[in-house]
Amino acid sequence: MSARREPVGTGRVVPMRAAAGEPHGAARLRHHVVTLLVENKAGVLVRVAGLFARRGFNIFSLAVAPTHDPRFSRISIVVDVESAPLEQVVDQLDKLVNVVEITELHPLEAREAELLLLTVSADAVSRSQVIQLAEVFGARVVDVGTDALTVRFASSPEEIDDFEEVMRPYGIRELQRTGRIALPKLVRED
Amino acid sequence: MELTGAQSLIKSLEQQGVEVMFGLPGGATLPVYDPIIDSSIRHVLVRHEQGAGHAAEGYAQVTGRPGVALVTSGPGATNVVTPLANAYMDSTPLVVVTGQVSRAAIGTDAFQEVDITGITAGVTKHNWLVTDASDIPRVVAEAFHIATTGRPGPVLVDFPKDVANQRTTWSDPGPVDLPGYSPPVDPDPQAIAAAADLLVRAERPVLYVGGGVVKASASAALAALVEVTGAPVVTTLMARGAFPDSHPLCLGMPGMHGNYTAVTAMQRADVLVALGSRFDDRVTGKVDAFAPGAKVVHVDVDRAEIGKVRRPDVAVVADCRAAIEALVAAIASRSGDDAADPSRLAPWVAQLDEWRARFPLVYDADAPSGASGAGRSAVKPQFVIEQLRAATPADTILVSGVGQHQMWASQHWTFDQPRTWVNSGGLGTMGFAVPAAIGAKVGRPDRTVWAVDGDGCFQMTAQELVTASAEQIPVKIAILNNAYLGMVRQWQHMFYEERYSEVYLSPDLPDYVLWAESMGCVGLRVHSPEEVLPAIEKANEIDDRPVVVDFRTDSMEQVYPMVPSGASNDDIVVHPSQQGELR
Repeated sequence: MSARREPVGTGRVVPMRAAAGEPHGAARLRHHVVTLLVENKAGVLVRVAGLFARRGFNIFSLAVAPTHDPRFSRISIVVDVESAPLEQVVDQLDKLVNVVEITELHPLEAREAELLLLTVSADAVSRSQVIQLAEVFGARVVDVGTDALTVRFASSPEEIDDFEEVMRPYGIRELQRTGRIALPKLVRED
Repeated sequence: MELTGAQSLIKSLEQQGVEVMFGLPGGATLPVYDPIIDSSIRHVLVRHEQGAGHAAEGYAQVTGRPGVALVTSGPGATNVVTPLANAYMDSTPLVVVTGQVSRAAIGTDAFQEVDITGITAGVTKHNWLVTDASDIPRVVAEAFHIATTGRPGPVLVDFPKDVANQRTTWSDPGPVDLPGYSPPVDPDPQAIAAAADLLVRAERPVLYVGGGVVKASASAALAALVEVTGAPVVTTLMARGAFPDSHPLCLGMPGMHGNYTAVTAMQRADVLVALGSRFDDRVTGKVDAFAPGAKVVHVDVDRAEIGKVRRPDVAVVADCRAAIEALVAAIASRSGDDAADPSRLAPWVAQLDEWRARFPLVYDADAPSGASGAGRSAVKPQFVIEQLRAATPADTILVSGVGQHQMWASQHWTFDQPRTWVNSGGLGTMGFAVPAAIGAKVGRPDRTVWAVDGDGCFQMTAQELVTASAEQIPVKIAILNNAYLGMVRQWQHMFYEERYSEVYLSPDLPDYVLWAESMGCVGLRVHSPEEVLPAIEKANEIDDRPVVVDFRTDSMEQVYPMVPSGASNDDIVVHPSQQGELR
């Protein structure tokens, strides 16, 4: 498979790309999204992460935040593993006393969202192009420097990938993504 | 009523019905040890914290109640990690309380500070760091609840010194509120019906019984299942005694050192019903070649065991006793063509009987010629086990360490009752026997408790015999002293062209009799087969102090049968005298 996030140079991150020869975003389908409803208590995250680390599974992205009920938090984890070993991890996650509920979401059955903050070079020549492109995507400029802009973009992970790619030629200086959060798609009556 | 956090802890333990705990005090547990003076709980002062943990395990395994250990912070806590890992592997209910440095000092590399909740996260069912004394009654109630329900296991409560000194109040915590913890109990009727279908129609069924049957106190239910189906039983290392060896349908222990019939019955089975067993690699051998023709029913209270190694055809996630009782009821209620008919299994039982006749467990009973060579002795270790079994009460509790002696004990002892066999199965912890025997005797003072130990194992934890003497816990230890780390030696013998690397100990360094006597025990030594029975009888008569018998056994003995590591169970290596039978 193609490289996803490879550190290049001084801690910069190149955007995720699909494998050569695959349609854009196909690599993502190998990813599994596991969302956990957990008790909002100290030490829960390390117990959850420990079950992945024990097997040498790398966590691709991770988002943790409280839910509408202050007793519980929701953890969204994206891992890139085969299904069979993941099933075993999910069973063992379920054994953790602080884990209340686990849902494994296939990307096609989930509504996913992610947030991006990106600082891109934008001098007098390129600035208007960058702003225009941001507007096309529905991203917002949240900070303006002498020769750079910081843009905020909330969308699906795939659109965020696209946006990164579009920004790359202008020179990405800093980039931070939150990791995806997900909820199951709703059923609609025909 | 106002009290200290330490008093609240001890009161909470008393409320849980704790009658004994094993421990060793230190700086961080000074406040906790003060109220122990006034408590109804007996405290057994061990000589090393590992001993506290294993003693608590021995206590738990024979009583079915949770074992409790209390140790200090830092090294006290790390010393109990091995027992926690051992209890986690063998699903033994354990509540370990560790001292911790004061809250303000946590994370500062304070004296005797260690992140024990972090260290033990992977070897406990759950653990807690108590950050406020008002939480104590709730945390202790949760700890006992989690340790003893579902699949039992160890838990740890880390208890900072200043929390122990905090002023607080004690109130009954009421029922535990754990939204993420609800172990299954009742089996799914559909799964039971499917399991009953398979079992009733099976031509070559085997009930593959594991430690879960002992944990769930399901021996009576299992006997009823055997009665109604006529299916034969294998009992794993953790399940010895769950079904009586004296029963004609008990095939004994399967696995790497299981007997030929138990191993081969599983290989040829058409239906394998796993009851509280987990398809351990020591049982399955090469997984792809294990029981290749069998449809599998897997009954386990732990959902994560289902399909971990072998994908079952029918999964029953439930308490083992509830599941077996439901299975018995489902089978008994059938009639006509659907009814169970044990007589249908006659050809299968005849086949099993034929294997049993051809491949009994045997050893070379004859004295080695010229028994004087290095490490040679006329005393065969298997003979010692047989004599021990014959000369002790039927309900004797047998404890073992880990290695050759453990396999011989499991093979050659006749187990007829559950909770009479205490050993370290999953983790394989050398040094388990002496402290576990102490815990077992504390739990069942009415029983004779014998430990069969190896000389290598004995040297790891023998200091706990000081505990046994001081606390008047009269355990009996049979050292099968072959002067080697015998199981490692056996592998070097078989797989490393007899290149023996760092396995020789010594028959008489240390002098086990002098050592025993210096620890307040009676020490005996046996050199010849004729001395075996008299020594056992003499040991049985002593009930006011521990006894250690140094049996000088033949170091050349190997454990047979053996399935080489990674090989198929079909490639079982039987005793050399039987190898012609395989052709």
